[in-house]
Amino acid sequence: MGEIERRATSALEEQQRVWEYSTAPESTEIVRLQDRYGLFLGGRFVEPKSGRYFVTINPATEEPLAEVAEAGEEDVDLAARTAREAWEEHWRDLPGKERAKYLYRIARALQERSREFAVLETMNNGKPIKESRDVDVPLAAAHFFYYAGWADKLEYAFPGRIPRPLGVAAQITPWNFPLLMCAWKLAPALATGNTAILKPASTTPLTALLLAEVIEQAELPPGVVNVIPGPGGRTGGWLAAHADIAKIAFTGSTEIGKVLRRNVAGTGKRLTLELGGKAANIVFEDAALDQAIEGIINGIFFNQGEVCCAGSRLFVQESVFEPLVDKLKARLDTLRVGDPLDKNTDVGAINSRDQLDKIEELVQSGIEEGAEIYQPECSLPERGFWFRPTLFTNVAQSHRIAREEIFGPVLSILTFRTPQEAVEKANNTEYGLSAGIWTEKGSRILWMADRMKAGVIWANTFNRFDPASPFGGYKESGFGREGGRHGLEPYLDLDGGNGA
Amino acid sequence: MSGGAGAQGASEREGASVAPATSGRLPVRRTAKLFIAGEFPRSESGRSYEVFSHDGRLLAWAARASRKDLRDAVRAARAAQPGWAGRTAYNRGQILYRVAELMEGRRVQFEAELADAGAPDPARGVEAAIDRWVWYAGWADKIGQVLGGTNPVAGPYFNFTIPEPTGVVGIVAPPDQALLGLVSRLAPAIVSGNTAVVLASEPSPLPAVSLSEVLATSDVPPGVVNLLTGLTDELVPWLAGHMDVSAIDVTGVPEDLLPQVEELAAENVKRVHRGPAVDPFSAVAQSPYEITALMEMKTVWHPMGA
Amino acid sequence: MSKAAEIERNAPGLALHAPREASRLVARVASVDAVGLEERAASLGRRSIKRGSKLWALDLAIRAMDLTTLEGVDTTGRVVSLCAKAVRPDPTDPTIPPVAAVCVYPQLVPVALGQVEGTTVKVASVAGSFPAGLGPLEARLAEIRTVVEQGAHEVDIVLNRSLFLGGRYAACFEELAAAREAAGDAHMKVILEVGELGSYDRIRQASVLAMAAGADFIKTSTGKIGSSATLPAALCMMEAARDFFRETGRRVGIKVAGGIRASKQAVQYLVLVYETLGPEWMTPERFRIGASSLLNDVLMQINKERTGRYQGPDYFTID
Repeated sequence: MGEIERRATSALEEQQRVWEYSTAPESTEIVRLQDRYGLFLGGRFVEPKSGRYFVTINPATEEPLAEVAEAGEEDVDLAARTAREAWEEHWRDLPGKERAKYLYRIARALQERSREFAVLETMNNGKPIKESRDVDVPLAAAHFFYYAGWADKLEYAFPGRIPRPLGVAAQITPWNFPLLMCAWKLAPALATGNTAILKPASTTPLTALLLAEVIEQAELPPGVVNVIPGPGGRTGGWLAAHADIAKIAFTGSTEIGKVLRRNVAGTGKRLTLELGGKAANIVFEDAALDQAIEGIINGIFFNQGEVCCAGSRLFVQESVFEPLVDKLKARLDTLRVGDPLDKNTDVGAINSRDQLDKIEELVQSGIEEGAEIYQPECSLPERGFWFRPTLFTNVAQSHRIAREEIFGPVLSILTFRTPQEAVEKANNTEYGLSAGIWTEKGSRILWMADRMKAGVIWANTFNRFDPASPFGGYKESGFGREGGRHGLEPYLDLDGGNGA
Repeated sequence: MSGGAGAQGASEREGASVAPATSGRLPVRRTAKLFIAGEFPRSESGRSYEVFSHDGRLLAWAARASRKDLRDAVRAARAAQPGWAGRTAYNRGQILYRVAELMEGRRVQFEAELADAGAPDPARGVEAAIDRWVWYAGWADKIGQVLGGTNPVAGPYFNFTIPEPTGVVGIVAPPDQALLGLVSRLAPAIVSGNTAVVLASEPSPLPAVSLSEVLATSDVPPGVVNLLTGLTDELVPWLAGHMDVSAIDVTGVPEDLLPQVEELAAENVKRVHRGPAVDPFSAVAQSPYEITALMEMKTVWHPMGA
Repeated sequence: MSKAAEIERNAPGLALHAPREASRLVARVASVDAVGLEERAASLGRRSIKRGSKLWALDLAIRAMDLTTLEGVDTTGRVVSLCAKAVRPDPTDPTIPPVAAVCVYPQLVPVALGQVEGTTVKVASVAGSFPAGLGPLEARLAEIRTVVEQGAHEVDIVLNRSLFLGGRYAACFEELAAAREAAGDAHMKVILEVGELGSYDRIRQASVLAMAAGADFIKTSTGKIGSSATLPAALCMMEAARDFFRETGRRVGIKVAGGIRASKQAVQYLVLVYETLGPEWMTPERFRIGASSLLNDVLMQINKERTGRYQGPDYFTID
């Protein structure tokens, strides 16, 4: 066989070893989209007094999914009064064990309708179906399950105190984990005997509205939970300012968190904020390297990096820099970017045009400020909002991509030499939400964790969430905790003291 | 004859007595068997005893467990314990919650059995039992947070205390309050990951047998709960002296037997626990301390250094 | 000489260094985080491989299969039937390829060779006091030489776990190197018996030791003890092979065996290989599945993909 033929055969053979996964789309038949969604107020879906509706789209295709009612000032007022009445008449004095059983019903329904929720979440948010199916929806159900169990055990949660509910909680949730954030907010609020008004993010209202359907099916007394979509600046603002609101819980950008903080100053309203982050993910040379790679990848590309606690600053011990970055680049090349409804997709669509613009702007600044960019070659769909997984090496602490939250699939890589240096650089930020430590040495993990100013520290793992585990930030990443026994505290009055 | 329940159509109740059927249909009588390793064997001794209603009607025969049945039950409980304790707390909580779902489905049967046992308010008893089961299920993933924690030792060490299930727990169920009393002992025992060998109430074993049928059709793995019907005086000493039982709940042990039980328990330093002597319907009858009474506290140290 | 030996003699690398370096080699093998590894394996195992890509995988699964019989009751007749099945898995369907090899005990090697002659199917023999591997060293080496002289194309030997877990790495390495020599040009697979090693750290160390000694393939299990191949154990070995290739330029093959009965499992292992080692390993030269009942399950799955109907075992010959 001639040389050319031999080469052709081996080239063909090479090609024959390339395995193209067939598309594996999750069917959307299970989702019954309505053309138009009203507000969920007082136990039923109603038309907004504002008369206004907005369109919500699928960010992977830019197709409109539905029209959603926009709550105006009058609607907000009605919701607040309704929630207040419901609290006084139907919820505050209900025995804890009955509240518990309502929450168990919600948890169960989420499990029963899990596929429907997962598909709808992917359609409205752009995240891969395998994430909404395997992470978002199961965790949401687990949160209701966990807090159901606290509803009738509050006297054990805080030594020396008989806790009392606050009243009506206004809860403003973000677009990155729409359903899960509703669960994080509603479950503890209801378990502790408060009623709630949920204002979901404008780009992702649909799973909150489906949850409202579940709440209706669980036969919760009307007005205990209300869902009123609308733009954060207006609907959110009126809600936070309303006199009948006793407590505000907000998850979103640090910028808006500060606005809220200013606006409630002097009102006596309780406030918790879960804001942005710029987490340091620190890898020592003695780390279990292949697993650290998975942790780094998960840390910044899970949910397209649109995660407040994303491991967006990778600190690599200089002595292991080259092999680690080589492996990281090779691993980036295997990420599958594309149709979020395909079960094999690893990285989905960016949630909105706005967010995509922000990511592009910051990435551009990285290039301009002298960092070195690496992106795998992968084809992106024509329509929709997409950004390739990206990493930057040669990043300095002062670069914008090392200081500002990008909220996208972009990793900035820096180096360090000693544990002390790693701690200093990790803490050198106004944020303090989360951090990662990768080393096989236990004492070092504990030493580092002791010194790092972050509310959640992951050692040899990343992006792990559990309803039993408190989550929240230091410094400008916010205050208050969600999850665990500590997650009850923001919804309770503990100053009432002992006694019935 | 007391109460209205006993006067109702006997043929319409499961486990009904030998009164002739008024509708012309002969009901299928119940056989109450032991529950060991997820199955329902008769006693290896071939013995049984008659179970009577509070007003003297023969309800059924219940197996009269022997010491060998008890031995087998302990073996089954021991085999099942690592797997049960190894599940996540969330998983145990979910499984136990589902047991409550199944109990809810059997309300009518439980109420009838409690009525036969002479309970003044069977419906209230069943509701309280189900709600108590749900209450304990919700503790699975919280006990560590409330009763474990980190200890601030004076040195560069990370130190934490974590509660762990003790192992195989023997439970002597109270003779009366045949469902609520049993649930009040069993739920706190197993929620943390212990497995159990239960001696059912001798006069009123049928609600316990029905509960074992609920457990058999639930997601609770075989061997986690084993239930023996029989004569309390005969079985208690064997349970109290068994070297592979880690703890014994003596709530249902008659006062005069207690000293002997504690003496027998000494041989393997068995933990001996008695439930609170309060009205079982009261709020103080349930507490997380009933859970931790059957747990061990493990404390771990690790240095903190770069 | 075998390709492996050729490469080792020409290029410096980890392989065939002095046995006394074996301890140092083992000591510097990377740690493996068990939780992270198992999560990655599970995540890859959840890939949804459908339609055309599933047929592609099932075809490779057959072509990469070592159809195995290792029982005390293996008669000539049994091996003859096995070989017929190996050469023509589905007589009614000419598009079904033959398997890669048959795997038998030494006594049956001549029988197998006679049956597969003229086909592409290879004969692999276990050798070296399989499965425990604790016979006298000379006898083990002689067994390897004998089956190779008889014409076996491949030999599957076991790692000496007694030496390895005893920390006697130099001796362990020496035995492997001697086996390599005894196997001559035959393709040598070293079975690590992952179910016995106790931790993924140990699996990774054993992988490195076997590759450094010149193994052409590292294999998960003998199939003779309770525990068998698992996705995380296989992934651990693949990660070791990936690093070994980076450091030495030599591609060592991976064989998974033990407990693989369902097509779904076979496809999962193929996903693991593809996403960890890449297209260069997607060939019987570098990936094998040791199995027996798997073959019919794969045939059933192929038929289901083609016809849309779930199949029944009556339609596929046992051998």
